[in-house]
Amino acid sequence: MAADMRLPTAGEQISSSSLSLLDGKHLVVPGDVITSDTGFMRGHGTYMDEEKLTASVAGEVERVNKLICVRPLKTRFNGEVGDVVVGRITEVQQKRWKVETNSRLDSVLLLSSVNLPGGELRRRSAEDELSMRDYLQEGDLISAEVQSVFADGALSLHTRSLKYGKLGQGVLVLVSPSLVKRQKTHFHNLPCGASIILGSNGYIWLYPTPGQQDEEAGGYYTSMEPVPLSDREVISRLRNCLLVLAAHKILLYDTSVLYCFESSLSHQIKDILKPEVMDEIVMKTRQRLMEQEG
Amino acid sequence: MASVQVSEAEKVYIMHGVRDDLRVDGRGCEDYRHMVIETDVVSNTDGSAKVSLGHSDILVGVKAEIGKPRALVPDEGYLEFFVDCSANATPEFEGRGGEELGIDLSNTLYKVFNNKHSIDLRSLCICPGEHCWVLYVDVLLLQCDGNLFDAISIAIKAALFNTRIPKVHISEDAEGGKEIELSDDPYDCVRLNVENVPCIVTLCKVGQRHVVDATLQEKACSVASLLLAVTHKGMVTCVRKMGGGSLDPESISEMTETGKRVGKALHAPLMDLLKKEEGLGKNRQKVGFLR
Repeated sequence: MAADMRLPTAGEQISSSSLSLLDGKHLVVPGDVITSDTGFMRGHGTYMDEEKLTASVAGEVERVNKLICVRPLKTRFNGEVGDVVVGRITEVQQKRWKVETNSRLDSVLLLSSVNLPGGELRRRSAEDELSMRDYLQEGDLISAEVQSVFADGALSLHTRSLKYGKLGQGVLVLVSPSLVKRQKTHFHNLPCGASIILGSNGYIWLYPTPGQQDEEAGGYYTSMEPVPLSDREVISRLRNCLLVLAAHKILLYDTSVLYCFESSLSHQIKDILKPEVMDEIVMKTRQRLMEQEG
Repeated sequence: MASVQVSEAEKVYIMHGVRDDLRVDGRGCEDYRHMVIETDVVSNTDGSAKVSLGHSDILVGVKAEIGKPRALVPDEGYLEFFVDCSANATPEFEGRGGEELGIDLSNTLYKVFNNKHSIDLRSLCICPGEHCWVLYVDVLLLQCDGNLFDAISIAIKAALFNTRIPKVHISEDAEGGKEIELSDDPYDCVRLNVENVPCIVTLCKVGQRHVVDATLQEKACSVASLLLAVTHKGMVTCVRKMGGGSLDPESISEMTETGKRVGKALHAPLMDLLKKEEGLGKNRQKVGFLR
């Protein structure tokens, strides 16, 4: 129960050796002149300042032929078709749910793009429309895939697969979407005893590894049985590990999370977030990741 | 107050975790998140402190001004509280959104701190009935991540510890008129005795148990919470129940016991830290707002 109080520590100075890792990348901050050559086209994240192409956001310069864009490092989620996302229902409307997915506009989940319980494929009737709130209500969390992107950048989601749908008991961790590595699969049953959904939108869901699932419920049945303490410990540790990795800007994917989890095992769960413990864990994790890459 | 949405299943998960004494972030029911405290961060105040608790970020500044004592207590100075909810903390505070919370917070702070058990108000008196020091305590919420009261009270205690009030000399001229002269020397000042300044402990009832230092998610699972102001001796100077739910008498006494125990344990590390920071003197590397 002791309270841990400390003085602030100044941020570490970036050493020149770590800067060398950025070789070959053109990084800019707002106001940096990218080029004074007038032959280029102005893309996202840039503006013309006295005939010079200037960056308006901090990020990496990307060039496609004559078009110059700056991809920002700190950003909201820009969805693309096929991305796995985790979102929260904010509104139930006619034939659609509004979903908060950390993008600039609320995403929509159409009633016609969900699997209804029972698994049968049929036209959505008026009764289905009336009982929409029985399936998903405000505040519920879902995992889904981006089906299409509207002209204004809003996303349309779908959950037409048994792996998507309503999420039950577990913990949501919010990180920057730039930190989630795009991979073949974003669903992992980690060997340490819990499962993880790495949403491309920076919403990460940790939950106890499910046993044999009941197909009949179609993903809308949530167990309210207490989660055993051992699973809880693993999930809490993973949660803190994710925050540690995010605080040190390490890409999140199954291997990095697992290595971080293993490096943290010598510490108590609640100590992981202390700055000095954090540094130690991150150092070990980085080392193992480097060894693995060879 | 800033609130978050939590689904039913998440609530069940959090409540079962509290029952098992393992909260979502691995803490037990009576653990605080780690705190980062820095004093003397704003140069144009007489005393200031910045406290971060989790992602809650609080800045407190204390300004001393000469004012007239209140008629009922002519030999005491007094404190004024103002809480500013910055729209940086949450978009809800934009415009007048934070006003209600700000007034609520400052009223509670007034009750907790402005009494002679917390601070020796007599030491703020300059000339009975005519002049006294008024301490304007301004609290700025930079980020909200639950448990505002506890973080604010710790920040206030640290800021009061840091407060230096210039010494005054009263001289009387021939006609009996009094003249107040402020000392020019910045080191010629008086300090406040903050030994008895209480810390606030907020206990949230989650399920059958109660937790200290609730995060916003845990707050969303609780219907009622109890606020206790506890001094270093374990004396409770203020109790307030918050939230729409009800508490049965048995749990109130249980929560009071826990609050006393936890509150008492907060003071020693805080004072140690403040003294350590002061001991560093001018060599201390100031961090401030850039980290």
